[in-house]
Amino acid sequence: MIELADTRAAAIAAEFIRARLRAGSPAMGMVMTLIVVADEDGAVAAMESAQTAAQEHPARVLGVVIGPKRGAGRVDAEVGIGAGRGGETALIRLTGEVAQYPDSVVLPLLLPDSPVVVWWPSAAPADPAEDPIGRLAQRRITDAASAPRARSRAMATACTTYAKGNTDLAWTRLTPWRALLAAALDQHPGTVQSASVEAERGNPSADLLVAWLRDRLDVAVDHRVSDGPGITEAVLTTPGGDLRLSRPDGRLATLSTPGRPDRPIALKRRTVPELLNEELRRLDEDEIYAATARALAKQQTPTTRTTKRKRT
Amino acid sequence: MLENPLRDPRDRRLPRIAGPCGMVLFGVTGDLSRKKVMPAIYDLANRGLLPPGFSLVGFARRDWADQDFAQVVHDSVKQYARTEFREEVWEQLSEGFRFVPGDFDSDDSFDHLRRVIEELDEIRGTGGNHAFYLAIPPAAFGKVVSQLQRHALTESSPDRWRRVVVEKPFGHDLRSAQELNGILHSVFPDGSIFRIDHYLGKETVQNIMAMRFANAMFEPVWNANYVDHVQITMAEDVGIGGRAGYYDGIGAARDVIQNHLLQLMALVAMEEPVSFDASALRVEKQKLLSSIRLPEDLAVTTARGQYAAGWAGGEKVVGFLDEDGIARDSTTETYAAVTLHVDNRRWAGVPFYLRTGKRLGRRVTEVAVVFKRAPHLPFTQSATAELTQNALVIRIQPDEGLTMRFGSKVPGTQMEIRDVNMDFAYGGSFTESSPEAYERLILDVLLGDPPLFPRHEEVELSWQILDPVLDFWAAQDTKGVGPEAYASGYWGPSSADAMLERDGRVWRRP
Repeated sequence: MIELADTRAAAIAAEFIRARLRAGSPAMGMVMTLIVVADEDGAVAAMESAQTAAQEHPARVLGVVIGPKRGAGRVDAEVGIGAGRGGETALIRLTGEVAQYPDSVVLPLLLPDSPVVVWWPSAAPADPAEDPIGRLAQRRITDAASAPRARSRAMATACTTYAKGNTDLAWTRLTPWRALLAAALDQHPGTVQSASVEAERGNPSADLLVAWLRDRLDVAVDHRVSDGPGITEAVLTTPGGDLRLSRPDGRLATLSTPGRPDRPIALKRRTVPELLNEELRRLDEDEIYAATARALAKQQTPTTRTTKRKRT
Repeated sequence: MLENPLRDPRDRRLPRIAGPCGMVLFGVTGDLSRKKVMPAIYDLANRGLLPPGFSLVGFARRDWADQDFAQVVHDSVKQYARTEFREEVWEQLSEGFRFVPGDFDSDDSFDHLRRVIEELDEIRGTGGNHAFYLAIPPAAFGKVVSQLQRHALTESSPDRWRRVVVEKPFGHDLRSAQELNGILHSVFPDGSIFRIDHYLGKETVQNIMAMRFANAMFEPVWNANYVDHVQITMAEDVGIGGRAGYYDGIGAARDVIQNHLLQLMALVAMEEPVSFDASALRVEKQKLLSSIRLPEDLAVTTARGQYAAGWAGGEKVVGFLDEDGIARDSTTETYAAVTLHVDNRRWAGVPFYLRTGKRLGRRVTEVAVVFKRAPHLPFTQSATAELTQNALVIRIQPDEGLTMRFGSKVPGTQMEIRDVNMDFAYGGSFTESSPEAYERLILDVLLGDPPLFPRHEEVELSWQILDPVLDFWAAQDTKGVGPEAYASGYWGPSSADAMLERDGRVWRRP
């Protein structure tokens, strides 16, 4: 790890090349630039997660910590080819005036001609696609569930400001649930008459699951609150009976369907690097998320209007 | 059939999860089961790709209870599984383990098996869908398959499927392969027979198709105008180990060339399929296989050998004829190389050299496409002295990836050109733990998705190609000309080098 104090983007880029030469110019095969915009407290953990994900998707990982925006501008960086890691990393701290122009530091460090992904591990901008760094990226990953407060609100905001390329880890967390529900309906075809979702209070994934079911099935979806953890149950009611997927403990789920014995299935809550891995697998627009986000935003319309009015 | 509103072709996150089903594994104590099949099943469960309630029934001549079988699977998973061990995954998976002790001859055992399967349909909801995985010697296929049929275990119906999975060798010549296919086909329809060639499940092998047909820069030079020849190598650094019983009488050509190498060659040389579904792919592979022609004089265009005692990789090793269970006068080859021609416009005049062997320099499988020299070099002779032919190497294992070799100027004032390599490491640009071939293949069996499995026509065509070589070698044996001994730990017999030298070429050192 090389520390560069009071530096510039060009010096960071030069350090990347020097580090590579020192390692004997190994083939890196990096496929993308992954920008992590974190706060000082979460930066190290977030870089760790990003680097773990980069093992599956070798990336130049750029951590950006945006500090106080007053005073003289200063750029500090820690640059290194992580030991045993898939690609290059730099953790860049911006303080003072330059903190208002983080894109000016990041832009020269993007890998040529490869996709750019930005991930906000905790607080995300209200409109990621209009954020200076967000604008550089094809894929903008937020995480409503780790928003400092008002998670459901964060989810709703993410949905109202949805733009092509946006995605949220709350949606990623749903994939196994959606897969099992879809597979259950494959096995028991029938018109779904109603559905319900039960989850702990303020769970953004549950909000999305409700919106997804409502959007796909065009039926009323009952949203109930439980003690968690996370989503604890999802039920599809068909003329043949209920298709019920329940997971009271956050680990082991049971699928109950009419005329079949209850079947257990491991359904662990996944770690952030696992979620990032899934997210990085595809970098084109997720049209189903887009439709779900629109559906959720529609439900939320009254609230968002008030917020918008406040802003103006 | 109602459409499932939760499915959408644009929703590419949703993985394919097989419908309710189970698997019956014959030959649970073998290496294949323990090292490949069982770990792959666990890895699939861990990745959430097995259906809820998936069940695994073991069948073997052991006096075991269900728990003993679960213990065997547990040990194999702990030792060989690719993904981390998670207690909750194991718990729900192992609840579906059953063991049926018995003989392949015993009607009682197969009755017992049927009851177990029916009971699983009741308790675990496997819905009557079962795959029979025959991880047993092919000699026993006939017996097991007819027993399954006799006990009404093989009937598929619209609401339940029965499939059978077999591993290589698919026979030892054309006739035996046809017999074997006859046995399987007498009981299972074509679409229910899955022949596993684990090479075809490998990411890199599938990447051959992606590389060829998704890119613009390779296909234009992928023909006799630019390609000089192609070398396909599968080398192992180990000897036959404890597999004398299997290997003696089979040999390298039957063990590897007939299936893996000819399948690889088909993928490298075939025309672009109309689509990537099973039948379109099969049509192209079959077309290519049927256009393969052997040279006239097999004495100089094929080579075979047996490894001799010596030092391999710093270890003192015995020769093939001194291995346990191998007769002193065995003529089974442990190295085989053949020259093949393809009679079509794309490949006319481009020889394909296939070689495989045990106790070679290192473990490697690769396809090297070697290009012609540039038609004119505007440099002095000395400037290009170190420049050889350009090559594109598809590395299949280990270290999966692509290597391109081309000439580059050596820094300095003089014009001097030297070969350099450009590497793409598959593991570097994508997941480091790409799914094992068996995971992919077992999942495809459960989903009933056959594109990666060779069909019986392909198997029979490959035997048709290889049979004359095997006959020729057998005739040589009767004349007292056996396989040539080669030094362990190096790159095969001198007759193989002579085979290429005759054409003015050399083997790559992979």
